[in-house]
Amino acid sequence: MIVSSFIKKAPLALGMALLISQSAFAADDKKEKPELLTGASTDMIVNTCAGCHGPDGYSRGPAIPTIGGMAKTYIVETMEGFKSEEIPSTIMGRIAKGYTTEEFEQMGDYFSAKPYVEAKGQESDKKLAAKGKKLHKKYCEKCHSEGGTEAEDEAGMLTGQWKAYTAASLTDYISGDRKAPKKMKKKLKKMIKKKGKESVEALIEYYAK
Amino acid sequence: MTTKISRRTFVQGIGAAAAVGAIGAPSLAFGAGKKVVVVGGGTAGATAARYVKMADSSIDVTIVEQNKDYFTCYLSNEVLGGDRDIDSIKFGYDGLKAIGINIVIDEVTGIDADKNTVSTKGGEKIEYDRCIVAPGVSFDYDKIEGYDEEVAEKIPHAWKAGPQTVTLRKQLEAMKDGGVVVIAPPNNPFRCPPGPYERAAQIAYYLKNHKPKSKIIIMDPKEKFSKMGLFTQGWEKFYGYGTDNSMISWHGAAEESGIESVDPKTGQMTNMFGDEIKSDVLNIIPDQKAGKIAIIAGLTNDKGWCPIDLKTFESTIHKNIHVIGDAAIAKGLPKSGYAANSEAKVCAAAVAALLAGKEVGVPSYVNTCYSVISKDYGISVASVHRLAKDGSKIIKVSGGLTPKDASDEMHKREVGYAYSWLKNITTDAFALK
Repeated sequence: MIVSSFIKKAPLALGMALLISQSAFAADDKKEKPELLTGASTDMIVNTCAGCHGPDGYSRGPAIPTIGGMAKTYIVETMEGFKSEEIPSTIMGRIAKGYTTEEFEQMGDYFSAKPYVEAKGQESDKKLAAKGKKLHKKYCEKCHSEGGTEAEDEAGMLTGQWKAYTAASLTDYISGDRKAPKKMKKKLKKMIKKKGKESVEALIEYYAK
Repeated sequence: MTTKISRRTFVQGIGAAAAVGAIGAPSLAFGAGKKVVVVGGGTAGATAARYVKMADSSIDVTIVEQNKDYFTCYLSNEVLGGDRDIDSIKFGYDGLKAIGINIVIDEVTGIDADKNTVSTKGGEKIEYDRCIVAPGVSFDYDKIEGYDEEVAEKIPHAWKAGPQTVTLRKQLEAMKDGGVVVIAPPNNPFRCPPGPYERAAQIAYYLKNHKPKSKIIIMDPKEKFSKMGLFTQGWEKFYGYGTDNSMISWHGAAEESGIESVDPKTGQMTNMFGDEIKSDVLNIIPDQKAGKIAIIAGLTNDKGWCPIDLKTFESTIHKNIHVIGDAAIAKGLPKSGYAANSEAKVCAAAVAALLAGKEVGVPSYVNTCYSVISKDYGISVASVHRLAKDGSKIIKVSGGLTPKDASDEMHKREVGYAYSWLKNITTDAFALK
């Protein structure tokens, strides 16, 4: 077995290494940034999205959303929201800060011109989905027409979006971490009050299709 | 034997040109008749081939790759953890073939930078106007006495995913409860900097559920490592790290813990102190340098990596040859799968422009790297990069790590995004449906 002296030294070594790594980060932040090349083409910019969101913005799931076919204004607003951290995220806040508004517009131009391809092979609870359909008609359809697949509504894609993403978005809207438009906030509140928390599950299953 | 163009290449070329003609692409005139040969069909090479073809479908693009299937290094640690089947990270070349790229399964044995030809073990000599070399890494076996390519089949590094990943998994399965797993990570720079530490977590995930008396010892020649704070936090949360009963222990450079030698028969190691260390399963990940063909072709510097122009990825040693992925010195970008994919796209755009006699555009680079520490618990690092005006460095303009106070819900989402990223980046690189 391993010699004991070896193990005893471990905590000290780890502590030291952590100190070193923290000071390294601090030094890095103070470094002056040199001037950068700007003016990348639309193709060059959107190519940096495809690795995660799929070619043409069609995600193969199970959680990263499809962005192909979304309205330009929605794409630009969402990216701005990530950049300002008004919209909570895992990595998008970290990434969006690396792009300019002009580049968000390039992304918007490109992805809005692509077809919206609905998720394939997702499981969905039929019984709940049927309930969700009714709930959608009553509380959501007015702004999210065609089951929430019309780019013209300038909103996120709902039906055929990846379920884990829909669930994450709704969770954030309901908790208030993500600011919902006034009407949406009101409708969601009303729906949950009248139909209970299960209604959110039903909507998720309906959109999962 | 010198064949300017193989019969297959010729026939496929006609097919591609006809398809283009049908939709009347005006780009046909620019790079018409130009040939690009991509050496290596991993994430970098596959992506580059696809994006050259997308930029200009009249360019004849050939990938020469020695294996008919590619296993991604990324997410392969989950095979060791037991939650992932090796087949889920296996990818072939049918998608790329379908978009008109020539696939030659053969080993490249030489690149003649004066004659612009790539020669293969199978005796082919393929001409190029521009060559893109994406050879990945090779291993520096000299540094650990007793360890070499042959021994690595028995004591696997599993740092190129595939059969060795499966061997290591089987060894873990066969190990008794209460066994000791030793992981010996390499010195910098190496492919996938967070990989050894995610591997420790994934093996711990398996052992915790199946062989809870077992231990994992990481013998690191370095004093710190990628995502160190987040790994430490994750190990603490799931594997008792820092307690007397920790499943994982990490020993860094302060303890001179790098492996000096290994007995290939018994798996017994010595460290720099001469201490003897025994293990039941041993995973030595050797120091690395550019893939073998880059060294043969004279594309490497004295440290074994390939210097390049950061805007075009053209070698600064040999003209008309570009190097991308882990082998390249992409100052500012990590050696990750996503960086390889991003470099490939920047390189492909440059190659298409150069072949058409156009100005090379402004690059933009990105990286995201996920590590899965336990079921439903992922961490990440992400960054966006631009080129310094003087071309000297690829500068990080935004990015960072998963915040230390991230909620369990956010860690769970990161796992979902990691799995999606695997699907989308491989769809992107290998032109999957």
